[in-house]
Amino acid sequence: MVNVAIFDYGAGNIFSLKNSLERVGATVDVITDFDKPNEYSGILLPGVGNFDPAMNSIRDFSKTQFLDYVGNTPVLGICLGMEMFFEKSQEGQEKGLGVINGEVIILPNSMKVPHMGWNDLEIKKPGKILEGVDDGSWVYFVHSYRVKPTSDDIITAESNYGIKVPAVVEHENFFGTQFHPEKSSTVGKIMIKNFLDVCKR
Amino acid sequence: MTLTKRIIPCLDVKNGRVVKGLNFESIKDAGDPVELATKYSNEGADELVFLDITASDEQRATIKDLVRKVASVIDIPFTVGGGVKSLDDARNILLNGADKVGINTGAIKNPKVITELMELFGRQCVVIAIDAKKNYDVKENVTVFYENGKKFWFEVFIYGGKEGTGLDAVIWSKKAEQMGAGEILLTSIDKDGTKDGYDITLTKAIVDTLSIPVIASGGCGKPDDMVEIFEKSNVDAALAASIFHYETHGVIGVKTFLKDKKIPVRL
Repeated sequence: MVNVAIFDYGAGNIFSLKNSLERVGATVDVITDFDKPNEYSGILLPGVGNFDPAMNSIRDFSKTQFLDYVGNTPVLGICLGMEMFFEKSQEGQEKGLGVINGEVIILPNSMKVPHMGWNDLEIKKPGKILEGVDDGSWVYFVHSYRVKPTSDDIITAESNYGIKVPAVVEHENFFGTQFHPEKSSTVGKIMIKNFLDVCKR
Repeated sequence: MTLTKRIIPCLDVKNGRVVKGLNFESIKDAGDPVELATKYSNEGADELVFLDITASDEQRATIKDLVRKVASVIDIPFTVGGGVKSLDDARNILLNGADKVGINTGAIKNPKVITELMELFGRQCVVIAIDAKKNYDVKENVTVFYENGKKFWFEVFIYGGKEGTGLDAVIWSKKAEQMGAGEILLTSIDKDGTKDGYDITLTKAIVDTLSIPVIASGGCGKPDDMVEIFEKSNVDAALAASIFHYETHGVIGVKTFLKDKKIPVRL
């Protein structure tokens, strides 16, 4: 049994994410601060909300800093959760967590925004989250921003929405998906399971 | 490849059962919501829409449990609407497992709720449902269309298609987008239940006005109707109910048909 925590910014549906983790055998706690000792094998930053309120909820309501709390624990950031790994976002004024160099920029207004729906993945390189996932797999996106890492090396998969959208990033113990694995049917389930496998190690 | 067109089964739910009506009236039973949701999700539906058409507020309280039950059996996006009036109603639905909340009458009565929801939960959660009907009594400041020698405009209706608002659907959709809507669920009252095809004029008009995604709804009786709406407009998704409920065509059958017609779908 692997025990993980979802950090709740207080902004919407984390039920689906919790449910998807439990379906593949995890026990899940929902936490709203980092003041108790970290006894979890993995931490998830969910994908619903706005950049500034979410950053504030991570930064301002705990005596312990998020990165001190996390240490080497694997972290999966989904959509907004992944965007917060970066230094800053055009969605807000707040600083991001800064664990990955780069920024978050708005999708060009020549496209329909939000980018909403099922897009296929182009796998760039092997990664822990992508084990057993076929090139061309369909995943569900709903976002108005995309990440722009300083180094493309951390991108393991991208999606073509007229422009290239980084879809999966991996950097040390930080894993991010721009799409929602918890909403991406059987392919998403593989990725959730992969993350839990990383947590078990 | 690129973004696919979404095929969305809709569950109209009344007193805990899925029902289907003709032109928003004469309702018949179409099954158990949890069973149907599971089936559609497993068959490859791209999303589910769940509209609570229960008449009274007391009976509506049960919808929370149903949303939760459905959300726990599916692993695709899930929109819930019907009777959402306030921020609290919307929060209730989202915290019980829906990904998006659909608002119709509530947004007309109090458009500010669109912005409040967007600021709290993000634009992607906010679906504005618009029920539109042709009105041949052309007045000033409406978007006028011509068909078969007749002029008309599309009027927004509320309370499940029962009450006209005098609002122009094209103008209202733009306002909803500006106020924070992330998507429009557009239903043609004229076409709903007819199995006669989507309203192409209406859909095209709204899609071409907006930069957010639009779901076409009302009138789908066969897979060819979906092909037609995707070929003749840049709409993002097609919603249907009866063709899926009565096993006329399964989700897989419909999507295979679309793929053969070169419509990009997830299959």
